[in-house]
Amino acid sequence: MSVLPALDLGLALLVVGVAAWTIAARNLFASVVGYVAYGLLLAIVWIRLYAPDIALTEAAVGSGVTGVLLVTAGKRLDAIKAAETGAPPGLALRIFVGALAVLVAGALAWVVVTLPTPAPSLAPAAAAAADGPGAGLGNPITAVLMSYRSFDTMLEKVVLILAVLGVWSVGPDKAWGTAPAPLRKAKAEGAMVFLAQLLAPAGALIGVHIFWVGADAPGGAFQGGALLAAMWMVAMMARLTEPPRIDSRILRLALIAGPAVFLVVGLAGLLLAGNFFAFPSAFAKPLILFIEAFMVLSIAVALPMLVAGPPDGSSEP
Amino acid sequence: MSVLIDLFSLAAIGAGVFFFFAGTVGLLRFPDSLSRLHALSKADNLGLGLVVLGLLPRAENPLAAFKLVVVWALVLLSGASTAQLIGRALRRGRK
Repeated sequence: MSVLPALDLGLALLVVGVAAWTIAARNLFASVVGYVAYGLLLAIVWIRLYAPDIALTEAAVGSGVTGVLLVTAGKRLDAIKAAETGAPPGLALRIFVGALAVLVAGALAWVVVTLPTPAPSLAPAAAAAADGPGAGLGNPITAVLMSYRSFDTMLEKVVLILAVLGVWSVGPDKAWGTAPAPLRKAKAEGAMVFLAQLLAPAGALIGVHIFWVGADAPGGAFQGGALLAAMWMVAMMARLTEPPRIDSRILRLALIAGPAVFLVVGLAGLLLAGNFFAFPSAFAKPLILFIEAFMVLSIAVALPMLVAGPPDGSSEP
Repeated sequence: MSVLIDLFSLAAIGAGVFFFFAGTVGLLRFPDSLSRLHALSKADNLGLGLVVLGLLPRAENPLAAFKLVVVWALVLLSGASTAQLIGRALRRGRK
């Protein structure tokens, strides 16, 4: 039985090592690759902590989608760097920034180290609350997310929409309302098209499956939505489909569908169940699945729009 | 019977681990990118396949076993495709 603790220790050291390497890497692309590896290692750490739901999210969002986002951002930064070479920051500024980073990291470490034992936890209260209106959901994580912390879960999606709006708003004025540039400028290669044609349908099916089993097993709206988003991105990279115009009514409705439906159901709870975001316990489960379905839609649309970036006018004929 | 299954699992997973190890050694030691890519895809495809084969008799039900095979098939598909893409990008970079 002493093998597992040794493996855990090795895993922990590996995570710290990869994190240090990600920061130290000189090359932007190398550090992005390090970050993706770091995310995958963290997913294994979550598995070892018996938190498969978070592991799924970490692998799909923290490593997968963020990885694509960072690679794309890195490419754009390279293009900007080639255009203008500003003076590198001076030694004093670098020392100041480093000191600030050490201060923040030190404060965080101090808070974590001085936590009282047992650490204060809302878990029992959350479990009790989830037993009430979230009853019928076999997965306590989903019950807590959708029933106990429903307002937080709704606002998370609003943050995603705000992020998309932020990305769109940095595009030039004349490009407003047009489609973002395609993810690949050149014609896609055969291997990419083959991969997209085979992987996208299977991945979409798995994404819907992960959302559907999320009520009773590890999985849920965010994980399923992230998978669907990834499949849409694969299809866009193979140029099987192009990014939609950002003034498309359907796109905007899909973006706001999740939080909007959540909010409407929450307000209805005020009238029917006597509390904002309270679900009538008789049909809490179908109601929660109904809300989650729209959340999946919003997430699956918002993440690729973040990666596609602002419209730059290049897609206009 | 269960001893036989255990032995089968042990042998298959052990062989899979060997291929992963060999692939990793190739990744670290081979001189150029294309041969490193070659070593890596062998490790993924064959190594993971053998590990899945060893885990099949231990699956709780046929559905779980099917999921294991699907995982392998998906890795085969994405691994082979990305190896192609990286290889072509390398050749384009060389010209």
